[in-house]
Amino acid sequence: MAEIYFDNSATTRVCEEAAQKALEMMTQNYGNPSSLHTMGFRAEQELRAAREAVAAQLGAKPEEIYFTSGGTESNNIALFGAAHARRKRGNRIVTTQIEHPSVLNAMKKLEQEGFEVVRLKPDMWGKIDPEDVRKAVTSDTILVSMMRVNNEVGSILPVEAAADAIEEAKAPALLHIDAVQAFGKLPLRVQKLRVDLMSVSAHKIHGPKGVGALYVRKGVHIESLTYGGGQEKNLRPGTESMPLIAAFGAAVKALPDTQAELSAMKKLNSLLREELSKIDGVTVNSPEDALPYILNFSAGGVRAETMLHFLSDRGIYVSSGSACSKGHESHVLQAMGLPRERIASALRLSFSRYNTEEEAKEFIRALKEGLATITKRPL
Amino acid sequence: MKEVILIKLGEVVLKGLNRRSFEDVLLKNIRRRIEPLGGFDVREIQSTIYVTPRDGADIADAEERIAKIFGIATYSRACETQKDMTAICESAAEYLHKELSSAKTFKVECKRSDKKFPLNSPQICAEVGAFLLERFPNLQVDVNNPDYTVRVEIRDYAAYVHGNAKRGAGGIPVGTGGKAAILISGGIDSPVAAWMMARRGVELTAIHFASPPYTSERAEQKVVDLLCRVSEYAGRMTMFTVPFAKVQEEIMAKCPEELFTIIMRRFMMRAAQKIAEREGCGALITGESLGQVASQTLQAIVCTDEVATMPVFRPLIGMDKVEIIDLAHRIDTFELSILPYEDCCTVFTPRHPRTRPVLKFVKRAEEALDVDALLEDCLSRVKITKIHPNR
Repeated sequence: MAEIYFDNSATTRVCEEAAQKALEMMTQNYGNPSSLHTMGFRAEQELRAAREAVAAQLGAKPEEIYFTSGGTESNNIALFGAAHARRKRGNRIVTTQIEHPSVLNAMKKLEQEGFEVVRLKPDMWGKIDPEDVRKAVTSDTILVSMMRVNNEVGSILPVEAAADAIEEAKAPALLHIDAVQAFGKLPLRVQKLRVDLMSVSAHKIHGPKGVGALYVRKGVHIESLTYGGGQEKNLRPGTESMPLIAAFGAAVKALPDTQAELSAMKKLNSLLREELSKIDGVTVNSPEDALPYILNFSAGGVRAETMLHFLSDRGIYVSSGSACSKGHESHVLQAMGLPRERIASALRLSFSRYNTEEEAKEFIRALKEGLATITKRPL
Repeated sequence: MKEVILIKLGEVVLKGLNRRSFEDVLLKNIRRRIEPLGGFDVREIQSTIYVTPRDGADIADAEERIAKIFGIATYSRACETQKDMTAICESAAEYLHKELSSAKTFKVECKRSDKKFPLNSPQICAEVGAFLLERFPNLQVDVNNPDYTVRVEIRDYAAYVHGNAKRGAGGIPVGTGGKAAILISGGIDSPVAAWMMARRGVELTAIHFASPPYTSERAEQKVVDLLCRVSEYAGRMTMFTVPFAKVQEEIMAKCPEELFTIIMRRFMMRAAQKIAEREGCGALITGESLGQVASQTLQAIVCTDEVATMPVFRPLIGMDKVEIIDLAHRIDTFELSILPYEDCCTVFTPRHPRTRPVLKFVKRAEEALDVDALLEDCLSRVKITKIHPNR
């Protein structure tokens, strides 16, 4: 039985290029980039190549890229670092209700520290109104943090409006974008987006888990959370995890052309949307203009987990909501104000370049079979 | 809304009959620099260079690069619009919205090179001004000292609206001033010296002296990085790395210790000159500043220059360290320059270098060495690296 992996927003399979690079770094090029000898230098060259690859993907300068242990750490460094560095200039932080837990929980902590956190509510499609963003940003706002793409429904958030709002309010605010789900999938040019801080992660683009990066615009100072030997310009010290970082770089280099892949995903996505719309009791929760890599829908009447296991038995892997909120009801779908039944039966499909239309068709067949097999139980 | 970059030429306009050739070089430099970004038209009409993005090309990237091209006096991003008063007024309000809503006073300036346009310049200014006053209640007119100036240009094919122009990198286009070789060390000074000569239109070749195994690959990489920064202004160049340890060992072994520095400098001059000649360079450039270190006293320079048959340019000669550091910050080389790797000038250092060397004694000391053989040996092992701006 061939497996069908539709859970790429949770994590992806590591590509050949990245795996090879990690092996090479662990067995041959194993120097510490801080060592002065040739082994150290060779490791440093790899560190540099990885940094340049990530920078190029974001339209940033290499010295603006800091390697971290992943999206969560990038988000934490960005949020605490920015809030603490700017606390003298204001007290207000603007974010949304549909952020990733690494942002939501950091925000809770900042609230305990005395910051005023404003959380914008999405509409029923998981979209944030740019007008709400404009209204929320005041002249004492020090930080605006927003994801580029929502990880559960794929809605694209109005980060441009946040940049406008900061300019219009003449706020001393830094703009942080959690771009983990958008990285490698949407064009992300830091200049065009006018962001100060941006988080990305390797394992969503066929790189290894445990490594990510934070973009910090040149000239922007944020405070460090950890203290050590000066690596990553002291923002994230500690011996660099070279196998992971170099593999991250290799994964970025192996990314196909964004536009070409985006149109392939659009095709796959609309095929699925069309087929889903023909099934009774199925409603799509992702907006029409969502990132086509993510498709969230509710199969009315069937508990998400039940369906998930039914599919899993047939080698088809999907997610109920987000992998990070294992077992809990989705805070995103709740914030969207969906009825309980739709939340309880919500499934998320997320794609990668390795998925095919045949797999989509196979999935639809299995879903129909599942709906027919699993007797409707009261939710 | 269509956005373009308008470029006004600098010193080039003073060039009389040669002006055309200077402009051609500048156009070539602009094209070469922004072409990798994809999709820009670069053309010159009536002393203005227009950089127009085709669809999808990012104008901010192009702007960042244009800011570093020598030969440009000013540049500005502008909004291209139809030659129609309603369109011009609306474009001005929309395109300059942010600036106009935060300014208190403003004025409108107009240039009308298309004399067939029905209104003359003062009339255009008055009409656009009146429109903006009505649209932005926060504004008042101040023709003498406005917070913000709205500029309207009526040209043959279209009208352009923009705000204050930004200052370009100045100088004259690289490639119009011949070719010279910069002796680059990895310190603060030599990248600045290279930049200063490039600003005078000089195309660069780089020569670096490395002393492996005493100096590391990192020290050499640092020089490559520095030159990449310089090449954002000076264009691509070739770097020649001369392995110098053997020469240094010989000098250390056979000459008086206090003359080590000056004899080493003379060797560097000789070697650099050989490479420079081969590369068709007409001069050498160094980052020396008078009195900075032992090898940069007047007497030391006399001794060094005695072996030079080409002119040696020292653009920093009269500059103060603080001024040099300011410039290094401006061209973004400072942070790289202060990275702490040993270079060829720091591996063998005499305890008390002679600060006022006398040529006669230096030459006598050198007799202990087989100068030609040493030169030939290090020149036969030169490494070549291509340098180009990496962003």
